Amino acid sequence: MTVALFIPCYIDQFYPQVAIATLQVLEKAGVTVVYPPKQTCCGQPMANSGFEHLTGSCNELFVKNFTGFDYIVCPSGSCTLHVKQHLHDAENEKEAEFIRTHVYELTEFLTDIVQVEQWDARFPHKVGMHQSCHGQRGLKLSQMSELVAEPFSKPDKLLKMVEGLEIVELSRPDECCGFGGTFCVTEESVSVKMGKDRVDDHLNHGVEYIIGGDMSCLMHMEGILRRQKSKVQVKHIAEILNSH
Amino acid sequence: MDQSNKDHALLAAQFNEDEPRVNWHDETLWWVRSKRDKAAHALPEWEQLREVASQIKHNVLSNLNEYLLQFEEKARANGVIVHWAADAKEHNEIVYALLHQNGISRIVKSKSMLTEECHLNSYLEQQGIEVTDTDLGERIVQLANEPPSHIVLPCIHKKKEEIGELFHEHLGTPAGNSDPKFLANAARLNLREKFLTRRAAMTGVNFAIAETGEFVVCTNEGNADMGAHLADVHIACMGIEKIVPQRNHLSVFLRLLARSATGQPITTYSSHFKKPRKGQEMHIVLVDNGRSVQLGRADFRNALKCIRCGACMNTCPVYRRSGGHSYHTAIAGPIGSILAPNLDMRKYADLPFASTLCGSCSNVCPVKIDIHDQLYKWRQVLVKEGYAPAAKKMAMRGMTFTLSRPGAYQFAGKAGRWVMDKMPFIVNNKLNPWYKQREMPEPPKQSFGEWYKKNRKEV
Repeated sequence: MTVALFIPCYIDQFYPQVAIATLQVLEKAGVTVVYPPKQTCCGQPMANSGFEHLTGSCNELFVKNFTGFDYIVCPSGSCTLHVKQHLHDAENEKEAEFIRTHVYELTEFLTDIVQVEQWDARFPHKVGMHQSCHGQRGLKLSQMSELVAEPFSKPDKLLKMVEGLEIVELSRPDECCGFGGTFCVTEESVSVKMGKDRVDDHLNHGVEYIIGGDMSCLMHMEGILRRQKSKVQVKHIAEILNSH
Repeated sequence: MDQSNKDHALLAAQFNEDEPRVNWHDETLWWVRSKRDKAAHALPEWEQLREVASQIKHNVLSNLNEYLLQFEEKARANGVIVHWAADAKEHNEIVYALLHQNGISRIVKSKSMLTEECHLNSYLEQQGIEVTDTDLGERIVQLANEPPSHIVLPCIHKKKEEIGELFHEHLGTPAGNSDPKFLANAARLNLREKFLTRRAAMTGVNFAIAETGEFVVCTNEGNADMGAHLADVHIACMGIEKIVPQRNHLSVFLRLLARSATGQPITTYSSHFKKPRKGQEMHIVLVDNGRSVQLGRADFRNALKCIRCGACMNTCPVYRRSGGHSYHTAIAGPIGSILAPNLDMRKYADLPFASTLCGSCSNVCPVKIDIHDQLYKWRQVLVKEGYAPAAKKMAMRGMTFTLSRPGAYQFAGKAGRWVMDKMPFIVNNKLNPWYKQREMPEPPKQSFGEWYKKNRKEV
C-alpha cells in the first residue's frame, strides 16, 4: 500500500514537526509513504472566501501531484474535507474523482483503513482534545453533540491506546474555536473571543496540552495561549501518537 | 433603528467591547441550546422526525402553487378573506387599507417575524396607526425602540435591570425594580387595557394547512389568542412557505418546533384558527416578498423550509458572541444569513461571511436545512456578482498565483519565515489583525519540504 502524504501549506511552513510526526506514524503503521515534493495548497483559503472559481490551477496541480497512489493521507480534517468536496479537474476528472474518494484524514486512515487495534506510544500528560469542526461535522470523525445518535470517536479510539494519556471532559465538547480560515482576520473580534472561550474550557479543566487533529485550530489557540503567557502548549495528534 | 449599510464584523467588534456582557449573552443562549439538546435526546425518534419534517417541506416547496390555491379555496369556504401580497410594500398597504376601511387607528399585534421583515410597524406608524406588540419580548424591544435581536427571544440581548429601567420610564414601575415576575405582571396589566380596547388584532402564522384552510399560531403567552378573540378584525400574515399539506403533519412540526426553540415539549398555546366567529372579520395575507425568487435558486430553495425556531442562532458560536443586531436584518443568525442575500445582495453581502462554517446550525435544524453549505454557496455567488471588496480580490489573486506554482510557493514560504524571524516587526504590528490579540506562530528554520529533501530520498 503506497500512500501519498498531503501536508497542508501552513503545516509545511510553520509546523514541520507535525508533518515529520505524521510521516513517522504512517511508517510505523506499516505503510509506504511518499511525499510529492511539488505540492502547495488545496485551495481552501480561496474557496471559503468565495473564490472557488480561482482554484482551478491549484486543483490541476493537486491532481498532478497526487495521482498514482493507493491513498492520500493528510494530518488535517479541514484540508481533507475540502479536497473531498471540491477537487475537480475538467481535463483529468477521473483522477480527481479517485483522489476525492481516496483522501483520508490521518486518524480515520489509521482506524478505518489500517485498522489499528494497538499502538505503541506514551504521553503521560493531562490533555484536552479539540475536535475541528471540519473533521468532526464534515468528515464525521466523531459523533456530534447536536445529534441524537450513538457516540463514537475515531481520534479517541487511537488516543486511548496511548500509555499515560489522560483526556479531560470539556464543558462544551464540540464548540468551534473560531479560527475559520480568513474569518480569523476578517472577523477578528469574534474569532478571538471564540478562541479565548475555547482555551478557557481546556484551562478550567487543568490540561497541560491542548491537542487536536487540525493544526489551524491549534495555531489560533496557540496564539492566544502565548499572548496570555500560558505554559499550556498545543500538540497535533500525530505528535502524541509519535511520542515515547 | 436603521441598520442599513452596516457590516457584521464592525458591529460584532462593537458588541465585543464589553466582554462580560458577551460572556453573559453567550452563556444565556448556550443554556437554551442545552435545553434543546435535553429535549431532543429524550425522543429516540428525533432524527427521524427531522427527516420526515424535511421531506414534508420538500414536498410543499415542490408543489407550493397547488397547495397555496388549495389553502386559499378552503380558507375562503371557511369565511376567511384571503389577500395576496407580492412584496413587503403591498403587504403593508393591504393591512393599512383593512384598518382604514374599519376606521381603526390602534391595534394589537402578536409576534410575527414577517411583519418585522416588512417593517410594518414603522409603516403603520407613519400612517397614524398605533401598534402595540403584545408578546412580552417584542413589547420590551418596542419600548426600547429597537428591532428584535432573536426571532424567538426578541429581547435576549437585554438584562433584567435594563428592562426594569425601561418599564420605569414607560410603564411607571418603581425605579430600581427589576424582578422578572413583577415586571411581567406590570406588562400584563398594561397590555390588558390594550387587549380590551383595540378593535383589530394582528397575528403571525406558524403553520397553514392546505387541506382545511386552517392556520396555527404558537405562543407561550396566549397573547395571540387574547388579541384575536377580543378583536372585531383579525389579520393573520404569513409567508407563502408556511404551508403544510395536511392537518396530521402538525404532529411532526409541533413536536419539533418548541423542542428546537426552547427545549419545551410544545408551546404553551398552539392555537388553531379556522373561521371568524359571528360578527368578526378574519383576514389572511399571503406574502411572497422574495420567496418565489428564492424558490427558483436551486442551491438556496431549502432555506424556505425554515419554521423559525431559532435553534441555529442558539447554537451558533458566532451569533452568541456577536448579538442579533450585528446581522442588521430582521432575521439574524445563520438562517438570516442565507435568507437576507436573496432580498438584497449588496446590503447583506457581509452576512454569509459571518460564520466559521462549523456546521452546528445544520445539525440542530429541525427541517435539516443545509445552512452551512448554503453559506459557502452564497459566498461564491456574492463574489461572482461583484460584491467582494477590491483588496480581498487582489489578495485572492495573489494567493492563487503563488499557490499554483510550487517554486513561487516555496520561495514565498522561505521569504516569509525569514522576515518573521529577522524582522518580526513587519508582521507583529497593529496592521495585522491576527497579531492584535494573538501571537504569530514561531517560524521554523526549515519547512517540511526542505527537511524531507535533506533527510529522505527524492521520489
